[in-house]
Amino acid sequence: MPTSSVSPTDTDRVRGGRRRPAPDRRRPASGRRLSPYGFLAPAFVLYAAFLLYPILRAVQLSLYRWDGLSLGVWVGLDNYRAVLADERLRAAFGHALVLIVFYAVIPLAIGLVLAAILNRARVRGLGFFRTVVFLPQVVAMVVVAVAWRQIYAPNGSLNTALRAVGLDALTRAWLGDYTFALPAVGFVGTWVSMGLVTVLLLAGMARIPGELYEAARLDGAGAVREFFAITLPAVRGEIAVALTLTIIAALKTFDLVYMTTNGGPGTSTTVPSYEVYRNAFERGQVGLAAAIGITLTVVIFLINLVVNKVGDRTS
Amino acid sequence: MTISRAEKVANYAILTLFAAFALWPVLSILVTAVGPENRTAAESGRFHLENFAAAWTQGKFGHYMLTSVQVSLLVVSVALVCSVMAGYALGTMRFRGEQLVFYLFLLGIMVPTEAIIVPLYFDLRDLGLTDTLLGVALPQIAQSIAFGTYWMRAYFRASDRSIVEAARLDGAGNHRVLWQILVPVGRPAITTLVLLTFMWTWNEFLIPLVMSPRGDVRTAPLGLAFFQGQYVQGTTLLAAAAVLVALPVVVVYLFLQRHFIAGMLEGAVRE
Repeated sequence: MPTSSVSPTDTDRVRGGRRRPAPDRRRPASGRRLSPYGFLAPAFVLYAAFLLYPILRAVQLSLYRWDGLSLGVWVGLDNYRAVLADERLRAAFGHALVLIVFYAVIPLAIGLVLAAILNRARVRGLGFFRTVVFLPQVVAMVVVAVAWRQIYAPNGSLNTALRAVGLDALTRAWLGDYTFALPAVGFVGTWVSMGLVTVLLLAGMARIPGELYEAARLDGAGAVREFFAITLPAVRGEIAVALTLTIIAALKTFDLVYMTTNGGPGTSTTVPSYEVYRNAFERGQVGLAAAIGITLTVVIFLINLVVNKVGDRTS
Repeated sequence: MTISRAEKVANYAILTLFAAFALWPVLSILVTAVGPENRTAAESGRFHLENFAAAWTQGKFGHYMLTSVQVSLLVVSVALVCSVMAGYALGTMRFRGEQLVFYLFLLGIMVPTEAIIVPLYFDLRDLGLTDTLLGVALPQIAQSIAFGTYWMRAYFRASDRSIVEAARLDGAGNHRVLWQILVPVGRPAITTLVLLTFMWTWNEFLIPLVMSPRGDVRTAPLGLAFFQGQYVQGTTLLAAAAVLVALPVVVVYLFLQRHFIAGMLEGAVRE
């Protein structure tokens, strides 16, 4: 951690000693010592009350069976056992893994290709392209859900397009289909994440020195070898950040499921965040909901840790 | 770098394809929104901008938008002032517990809303804060402070020490250094923070959904969800309403996209 050469206390001494008359000397000194806490106080109080304390309360609630009204019953780790054992909840975490493929893995593959293209060729209209592919990131997920529901509808533009090219056999009510509902929801995630990943990788690739490529060309390397030998290793850090962001976005899918499928048909698209909501506010299983939330948090922390460890080691 | 003509053509083809893919849902909802709502409407004119007015009144979006504006103003302003001050302390001062406080804020950036929403609802209900503006805003203020403090700390750490030292020698206190020197100089960083906080607050769904069970404090995205549940006979007005809900953030994005892109890439640690 780089520190400034002159710390506040040093300046104090200098100022107090040289300039200030005697009576003033003590007050500013003690004020200075307290002032970091004064500056922190408003933020910390609000933060502690509405974020830190609820985390502790969530841990506490997760150890009780409670319907939200009557007195809770201490059940120890039973709620966590339920998260591991319950079919529906296990399915929810399984679906989250599928969503990670759609939100993180596929966009990463697309983003690498797009960014490599944009980085290699001096493409005209780069600014426009960036604005367009990043746009899904700023549109409210609820709106995204409404748009994609209309696309996936039986008479929506996806089925219309399939019919137009003679693939009538493939048309279906995408969000009502046991097999295809989850991929359909996941594909929306691909659409949302794609731009973020591309722009992130593009920023990383722009920092690669051009001489590296020139040297590779002198050695007769083609576009593909150039990509694997130079570009890919150079953006390991950006890949780690992109994966962290998109994996977490996948694990936090709530709005989209709430708006498009409500977890259905059956349990085919339910996800952990939706189960938190459903158990706490529709089924009166508050303790279980808290346990799902805590489990989700632990999973997110672990993924953060692993992805960043790998990114750090190799970059 | 020089590349072959064939590669160039192929590149443009790929980029056009993906740009079209990114725009497809956006354009399709825009087209639906201005399409005819029913048979009689289909006979007059091509662009039915009256759909927006109809969605606005039928879906009570005037009311929901106002709520969204209130929540956003409250969250952005309180979180900004708190974050600037806390970021200043963490970025420029040395004190006992500095590291601990910093890591606590970092923790808040990573904890998902899903983990805290359950106790938040039941505790704020006991305090009588559910279905109030404060109940919807306070949890979002706390989340925004976590990111904002992290963001402002990074800015203050990178800021030019010599101006600060010069001002101190002139006898400027902490408050003057902060509000009259560092804040005006840091306008780009602060603008980015304001825009990101505004976007996250405007688009937030889970917190207003849970914190206002009666729907007294229904923000625009919640209004849209509610409208989708009620308005089942067609897609036109729903699409128009969706456009209205997305519009404020999208318009700001189109004008100040550099801030959005830079902010979301640099502040990537959030979530």
